[in-house]
Amino acid sequence: MTQRSRNLLLLAPAGAWFLVMLVIPLTVVLIFSFGERGAAGGYVPAFTLDQYANLPARWAAFKNTLILAPAGTLASLLIAYPLAYYLAVRADPRWKTVLLVLVIVPFWTSILIRSYAWIFLLGGRGIPALLAAIGIEDVRLINTPFAVLIGIVYGYLPLMVFPIFVNLDRLDKRLLEASSDLGASPWRTFLQVTLPMSLPGIATGCLLVFILLMGEFLIPAILGGGKVFFVGNALVDLFLQSRNWAFGSAVAATLVILMLVTVTAYMRLIRRLGAQREDVALM
Amino acid sequence: MNKAAYAPPPSKATLGPIAELRNVSKRFGDILAADGLDLSIMSGEFLSFLGPSGCGKTTALRILAGFEAPTTGEVLLDGEIVNDLDPFRRPVNMVFQHYALFPHLTVAQNIGYGLRQRRPRPPRDEIERKVKTALEIVRLEGFEDRRIWEMSGGQQQRVALARAIVNEPKLLLLDEPMAALDRKLRKEMQIELQNIQRRLGMTFILVTHDQEEALSMSDRICIMRDGRIVQTGTPRELYDQPRNRYVAGFVGTSNFFDGVVESVAADQAQVSVKGGIVLAGRAISPVAVGQEVSVSVRPEQIRLERANAADRPGWPVTILNRIFLGEHTEYLVKHESLGEFMVLTPRQAELSDGPFNAGERLMALWEAGGALVLKQD
Ligand SMILES: Nc1ncnc2c1ncn2[C@@H]1O[C@H](COP(=O)(O)OP(=O)(O)O)[C@@H](O)[C@H]1O
Ligand SMILES: [Mg+2]
Repeated sequence: MTQRSRNLLLLAPAGAWFLVMLVIPLTVVLIFSFGERGAAGGYVPAFTLDQYANLPARWAAFKNTLILAPAGTLASLLIAYPLAYYLAVRADPRWKTVLLVLVIVPFWTSILIRSYAWIFLLGGRGIPALLAAIGIEDVRLINTPFAVLIGIVYGYLPLMVFPIFVNLDRLDKRLLEASSDLGASPWRTFLQVTLPMSLPGIATGCLLVFILLMGEFLIPAILGGGKVFFVGNALVDLFLQSRNWAFGSAVAATLVILMLVTVTAYMRLIRRLGAQREDVALM
Repeated sequence: MNKAAYAPPPSKATLGPIAELRNVSKRFGDILAADGLDLSIMSGEFLSFLGPSGCGKTTALRILAGFEAPTTGEVLLDGEIVNDLDPFRRPVNMVFQHYALFPHLTVAQNIGYGLRQRRPRPPRDEIERKVKTALEIVRLEGFEDRRIWEMSGGQQQRVALARAIVNEPKLLLLDEPMAALDRKLRKEMQIELQNIQRRLGMTFILVTHDQEEALSMSDRICIMRDGRIVQTGTPRELYDQPRNRYVAGFVGTSNFFDGVVESVAADQAQVSVKGGIVLAGRAISPVAVGQEVSVSVRPEQIRLERANAADRPGWPVTILNRIFLGEHTEYLVKHESLGEFMVLTPRQAELSDGPFNAGERLMALWEAGGALVLKQD
């Protein structure tokens, strides 16, 4: 058996999966996006750009997604990094595993149920009521972009924590001692060694969260209450409610293209940041 | 210790020792990794910690560097107690056991790292100039922009050395810097390291478990065992006057004949060993009648002669094995009571009398002054 045929064998399962689950549906979406809506909904074959011309009708969904997905990624990063750092560098090794499991415990229940819990927390009888008790009146949280952001951070935090944790955990602690030995204060050691060395973990975490957020619909649906909606919500609406498959396909195709563009730009940026670095270059 | 005996001290000559450990102990749970260390390190000195793995050498260095706080005792740098001084504030640099070079920085960035931490920060061209000089010292000119993983083990070791010396530390600590190098490279680096130390007049503390390395490089050696310093002295002192059997075994090789002291007169002791044989030797430290001791005879102190050569008292032995070492030949011989021991014969002796062959029966003899009576501990 040649190396080449062995490689093919290795790639065959994933290749088949990609073909069935990705290429074919994407092609269908693309074809539909140039079609027309039937009188009773669904799809009528055609070749028109009408659906794409109609995209501005869903501008709000795109705007929300393109603002809240990066913002949610950033917020997750800012909260996940110190946590991952603590777990990997500071926590007592004996407790590391336990603490790490605690980070994923929320995943044991459905995101749907957990997000409903936030409806209560952010709703009139939750945090706003507490704030009112200390004199801060009329705070509205539920059904705002902020509520969606909280939901996002809450739901995606473990996804951000894990790659950063793994990265920091593998970080050779002697490098930190070497930095200190050479006269760098702990803060400067963090900036000059820990942070750049954890760039691959940050990059992976951000990529994972960002891609998933671009397609998110559950959290905005529950915590945004129809006021803050993502492209994902628009798609649910178009395909399931108004049964406008053609327009829905155009929206979906546009989302895929946006994702390709942003992710490519992002990868470029990461490569540039870690130019010539062995660990990043491998990504 | 006479300071003048060492390489010229750095310009700012200090009167007292540059670093001192006063009754320093370090406990890790049940393990006493350092046990009452007392040591003065002189400016410009090349000192080695020598001992087997796990005897606390690294711990001693880490206490000096500030990575470990002593459980008890005091650490002094330049006459000041620095027990609570953070590592990044100490005028001490370390070459780590596995180099600990920054993989995300180039060679030049690694070397300039310490200079860039200084406040006020030195101007860029000054950093560049110093980095360049350091690269010249370790003979890595032109490697500035290389990545660490593009360098061989030996080159990485030089980068680690340059990264430390560029800061002109009062004290340079080296933790088994040559352990990962192959033999030939290690020899080269040993010589080079010694040259660099002499040239810069820097104070070096080297940790090693390689006695040859310690003997060939150091002004003074601390022999360590189980967290304690057994003996400190020049290589010659340790070789000629080992305090006990452990030191004699660690500095050079020796034959040991265990026995009990029969009589003592001044520093001469008679020791009764196996088979009712009595060996005479010089006691390095006082011993008492009845004490269990070892008589130590260095292989090169023993002469082999053809049995009929003389009527002098010797030990009849049989040659078991012969190893040709160039300038010397090493024989493993066996005496029926004393057992097996090593003899090292210079080429000179071979030319007149030898070579001796395996199986041959000979007389082994040594001068009375060649035998040392050593305490077991
Ligand atoms: N951080 C630590 N925690 C627990 N035990 C340690 C630690 N550092 C060293 N030791 C123990 O202290 C003893 C001396 O170690 P070390 O100084 O590294 O020896 P050496 O460098 O001579 O090989 C060993 O028994 C080692 O296991
Ligand atoms: Mg060690």
